[in-house]
Amino acid sequence: MIAVSPDPIDLQALIAAVGDPAHGAICTFLGTTRMTSPGDDRAVRALDYEAYAAMVIADFEAIAAEARERFGPLAIAIVHRIGRVALGEASVGVAVGAPHRVAAFDACEFAIDTLKARTPIWKREEYADGGTAWIANTPGGST
Amino acid sequence: MRVRVLAFARLRELLGFGERELELAPRATLDDAWHALTAGVPDATRLHASTRFARNGVVSDGTTTLGEGDEIALLPPVGGG
Repeated sequence: MIAVSPDPIDLQALIAAVGDPAHGAICTFLGTTRMTSPGDDRAVRALDYEAYAAMVIADFEAIAAEARERFGPLAIAIVHRIGRVALGEASVGVAVGAPHRVAAFDACEFAIDTLKARTPIWKREEYADGGTAWIANTPGGST
Repeated sequence: MRVRVLAFARLRELLGFGERELELAPRATLDDAWHALTAGVPDATRLHASTRFARNGVVSDGTTTLGEGDEIALLPPVGGG
């Protein structure tokens, strides 16, 4: 399952998409919207995500293929929301099914790190005082 | 020749369009398109170094030569996740 959608992320659907009797592990990651950005103490009221959807879908497919090259046979689901996302809701979801847990953990981390570094998705924070700002991911960062 | 241009996020706001057509000289490059689109918009011009380009959905260098009907995209630093 690869998708960009305005709908809330359904974790059970991600898990179901990577289920396989040949697998002994499923690892999932949800990125949720946070009420402050690093280095900025303004309270965030909501976030808006914008995407170059056609390129995002192709890139998610490429990330899945790269993960399989690195970590072996895997099933991967990646879903990212676009549009308005309320505080505390999931903006991105990754699920990886693999024969063993190490590959599932590693591929899950690889997928979210790679997505954050390069996939053409943008985030605009809207603050309680009405201001807005586009927030870029930190290269190599953990935020 | 004509190309289709997509602009996103901060660049969409600064340039005032999300999608438009652009007329360019034959064999123009992505950098030529950038200069045509950002002329007179200093806040956008300043973002050249941090902007990536895509041509027909593939990230491409500014020196890439364009063709009739290409879709090009201006990609500010990403913030997904």
